[in-house]
Amino acid sequence: MSAADVLAIFSNADFWSAVLRIATPLIFGTLGALICERAGVLNLGIEGIMVAGAFAGWLAVYDGANLWIGVAAAALAGAVFGLLHAFLTVSLALSQHVSGLGMTLLATSVSYYAYRVFFPNVSSPPTVKPFAELSAIPIPILASQTPLTWLALAIVPVIAWILYRTPLGLALRMVGENPAAVEGQGIDVVRLRTGAVTAGSALMGVAGAFLTLSAFNAFYFNMVNGRGWICIALVVFAGWRPWKALGGALLFAFFDALQLRLQQQAGGIPYQLYLMAPYVLSIVALVIVARRATYPQALMKPWRKGER
Amino acid sequence: MRLEARAAPSRAAVILAPFVAVLFTLAVAMLLVAWAGAPIGETYALLFDGAFGSRFAWSETLTRGTPLILTGLSAAIAFRARLWNIGAEGQLYAGALAAVAVGGLHGGTGFDLPASVLFPLMLAAAALVGALLLLVPTFLRTRFGVDEVVTTLLLNFIVLLFVSMMLDGPMKDPTALGWPQSVSLRDDLQLDKLVPRTRVHTGLVYAVVLAAVLAFVVRATTLGFETRAVGANARAAAFLGVPVTRTMAIVAVISGGLAGLAGAIEVAGRTGYVTLDMSPGYGYTGIVIAMLAGLHPLGVVAAGIFVAGVLVGADSMSRGVAVPTYIADVIVAVSLISMLVAMLFARYRLRAT
Amino acid sequence: MTAARPAAPGGPEVVLRLAGITKRFGDVVANDNVSLHLARGEVLALLGENGAGKSTLVSILFGHYLADSGVITAFGRTLPPGDPAAALAAGIGMVHQHFTLADNLSVQDNIVLGTEPLWALRSHRSRARSKLMATAERFGLHVEPDARVGTLSVGERQRVEILKALYRDVRILILDEPTSVLTPQEAAALFATLARLVGEGLSIIFISHKLNEVLRVSDCIAVLRAGKVVATLDSARAEPAQLAELMVGRTIRKPVPRDHRRGDTVCAISRVSVRDDGERASLDDVSLAVREGEIVGIAGVSGNGQQTLAEVLSGLLQPDAGTVSLAGRVMRADARAWINAAVARIPEDRHAVGVIGDFAVWENAIAEHYAKPFSSAGVLRRSAARRYARALADRFDVRGGGLDAAVRSLSGGNVQKLILGRALTGGYAHGDDFTPALIVANQPTWGLDVGAVAYVHQRLLDASARGAAVLLISDDLDEVLALSDRVAVMHAGRLTPARATAEWTRAHIGLEMAGSSAVPHAA
Repeated sequence: MSAADVLAIFSNADFWSAVLRIATPLIFGTLGALICERAGVLNLGIEGIMVAGAFAGWLAVYDGANLWIGVAAAALAGAVFGLLHAFLTVSLALSQHVSGLGMTLLATSVSYYAYRVFFPNVSSPPTVKPFAELSAIPIPILASQTPLTWLALAIVPVIAWILYRTPLGLALRMVGENPAAVEGQGIDVVRLRTGAVTAGSALMGVAGAFLTLSAFNAFYFNMVNGRGWICIALVVFAGWRPWKALGGALLFAFFDALQLRLQQQAGGIPYQLYLMAPYVLSIVALVIVARRATYPQALMKPWRKGER
Repeated sequence: MRLEARAAPSRAAVILAPFVAVLFTLAVAMLLVAWAGAPIGETYALLFDGAFGSRFAWSETLTRGTPLILTGLSAAIAFRARLWNIGAEGQLYAGALAAVAVGGLHGGTGFDLPASVLFPLMLAAAALVGALLLLVPTFLRTRFGVDEVVTTLLLNFIVLLFVSMMLDGPMKDPTALGWPQSVSLRDDLQLDKLVPRTRVHTGLVYAVVLAAVLAFVVRATTLGFETRAVGANARAAAFLGVPVTRTMAIVAVISGGLAGLAGAIEVAGRTGYVTLDMSPGYGYTGIVIAMLAGLHPLGVVAAGIFVAGVLVGADSMSRGVAVPTYIADVIVAVSLISMLVAMLFARYRLRAT
Repeated sequence: MTAARPAAPGGPEVVLRLAGITKRFGDVVANDNVSLHLARGEVLALLGENGAGKSTLVSILFGHYLADSGVITAFGRTLPPGDPAAALAAGIGMVHQHFTLADNLSVQDNIVLGTEPLWALRSHRSRARSKLMATAERFGLHVEPDARVGTLSVGERQRVEILKALYRDVRILILDEPTSVLTPQEAAALFATLARLVGEGLSIIFISHKLNEVLRVSDCIAVLRAGKVVATLDSARAEPAQLAELMVGRTIRKPVPRDHRRGDTVCAISRVSVRDDGERASLDDVSLAVREGEIVGIAGVSGNGQQTLAEVLSGLLQPDAGTVSLAGRVMRADARAWINAAVARIPEDRHAVGVIGDFAVWENAIAEHYAKPFSSAGVLRRSAARRYARALADRFDVRGGGLDAAVRSLSGGNVQKLILGRALTGGYAHGDDFTPALIVANQPTWGLDVGAVAYVHQRLLDASARGAAVLLISDDLDEVLALSDRVAVMHAGRLTPARATAEWTRAHIGLEMAGSSAVPHAA
């Protein structure tokens, strides 16, 4: 494994295409988690919501719907679980950790159950026709991306705009720092947080849809494989900022794509070590950032109206 | 509608909560069964029968319950201190691997020590490995403020990959055909059967005894006081002279150790070797069991048997009716959430605004 | 008899009227048929001790709580209850005692929140900024719009809170205990601001438990006691003693400081410094000695390092420089070691730090001594612990729920008595007849009613008479001056030398509290 080999990887356009592809679900998922956490709610249901989104999106398309309807179905599935999580953690002020883990378990198990109800006996998962690459665009790396990747890149500035340049975004940031201040302005904290969690969860669902409708073309068990947790780590790494979330997702995808390529080239090292690398990297990134992390001040603190 | 705090927790609600949660869960499950198009009555009968309906059913339930009780205890003690150990799954596998490393037949032979020495050594190794796996995230939390939920979760993936690597290489059983599995444990290190001609093994006794010990520790010892104090209010605990970091470290050792033991006992009692699929998520299910039990060690035994029954019953049921086995996971998830909500009503009442 | 306020027919217009407001929390009647009115351009003071119902009343006014019965009319129109947006729309603004500011956001963000329609496509930031600066200019309150609130001092934060209300063109401004966080000079500046607000046409409700302020700043005073309005008077015709008696309903005997021997140094800190790490205020080269039998008071506005000093002296924080010694022995920070060295600690935040809310009364009673003497061989000595807790609850009059009740359900006063009892008896670890060597009392009477305050003061005096060294940290200057033998003033992490109480004047202390080093020559 020489320097020339490594350079060969970087100069190959396929590599960078892979980076963007790997980053796409991470961008959606991290932004979704970011919105929830900025509003003060940790959403550990992300892993399960991504499964649910992957399944719902795929099922809609398998049943004959258009791909974008599939994406909408995935967003809807995410939103439903997000609404439930919000009800438990915001309206009932239950532990965000436990409720989130419960959501992951629930969303995953319901999805698998539904899959088996519809397809009791299949041995290999039925496929759909996924999003086509946008080959019409003349730019090399971007031409091999699908519309969902474009969507991911496009919503970063949209979310940044909403957060920093609209009254809604200000209220959302404020509710994650000092909900009493928001209530004092006559804005309903419960509704605001519920809305944020639902919207964020919809994005998480879309992240799942990317897996079944773009990256792959079928629904597999264990498809999400920890991407949700990595998004949670990436939110901290990004300091709860949308552009840094994009940067973090791309950085992580870079290392993941690199690990995949190296696996193929360098013999003798067990492939598992390469597969471990992304997870180890996430932990390292968390440690580096943790010291300086300015958490939204009201994150994970339950809020009850009238209790000061 | 709003929630108003009660002056004192309602004892009736606390006792009723698990039952209300279970009833609600069964109702939800009924909907799912109907959706699958299966006859509800027959499905539930098969479920119950498969779990508790015969000597055989009980034996399967108790066999499945053994590791669940241990991972449940692991979660319960950690959560008492607000140490969110989501890594029990990885700790279990690591413990299993450690047990086989110490007590396995490597290339036909193992360590040349009598079983009476090797057996406790094997268990200790498993507990140690599990403890270390949790100590690292705990250290990262106390020293750097890194949230242990994410780190323990990510470690699960890392550990499983490591086990896979070991099973492909140094610890592979060359005589096994098909899926990779580890070398086998020495015969004399394996646990005896508790009931002949069933799979129930003495590991169950270990689990129940450990539950009783943990119950005593939590309620009556200095360590239990410190653990509960740290979990309830770490800042006040520090003010009051509780050694917070030291307590968290001890809790991490106990919690990780219990999960590691779960792995070792599974190997020694049920399988005899390590495979990649030996745990269908016992680590995660343990968390649900701990919550269902209200973090009480003795409650964990009951909740563990209940959940084991659901899992075993679902397996058996799915062979009789066309209901996917995943209904068990749905039942477990719904019971967790409904338990949370039910417990809420012990401390709050609903008032119309 | 009270000097009743004359009802003036054809007099100034009434801008706010509360009629028959009643509010219950469970069994407690927080407000009992309260009726008040506020005239245009008037400053109305709500005077009452802690727990009298003042904060509840204004919370109802501002829509944080719903009254059980009663009507509020603002500018002639009925105010929809339980709706802060309606209160704001009616021109009522509130400056809370505990600021509702987001530390991580800017001053402008904090002020502008809620002033633009939530679903507008964009915020008009430059327009908002101009309006903000204009408002600040008009009322003489200067702020940096882009500064992160977390970096501001308490006085500056209060200015942001006030601007929040003024930015919304309120006509009625409510201030809840605004001077509790200010130096005397800053308080004077606040009063000047209030005068200017009145000059610009606002009407003001001012809540306080401080008689002198209320007399100075208000036109009219409404005295609340146990949820009822017991009197409304013109300030010009009110007397402090009369007000005090109205507030409390009985004459309170002031605790009598006793004359006693002052002995050796019990606790000495020498040149102690603690770096500012963002989480706590710094200490800069602080030295102090407290002797047996004496009470040393630390005056100063909260946030100047008192909490850090208290943590160092409670054995919770190891200073970055300097030494801390107890009875001549240099000590490191170790809460357990300090507790075993007979140091009694009364923390500032009794609910969050002093007790564990979820634990039972008996568990909290032994919480500092659970290891010694209430454990042996790692097992808790439950029955001994319960006996001790029972004795403590009886001796210190801790009421509410019994030994097994969660401490969370106890009132603030009872929690403080529990903490006090625990501290003063030392778990009987050193025997039945125990007096702590050192008592570190940090804001010990905050939020307590007058009776509880007198109780705490008496216990501290008794302990000092028995030889305990007492360090009293309080932002209530009256308390410090009444109890202490020597007083030192804390400002920006520095501590003045501790001088005998008689040698200080209020003006001098006020200057030190504000950081001015000019010493007046007049006595």
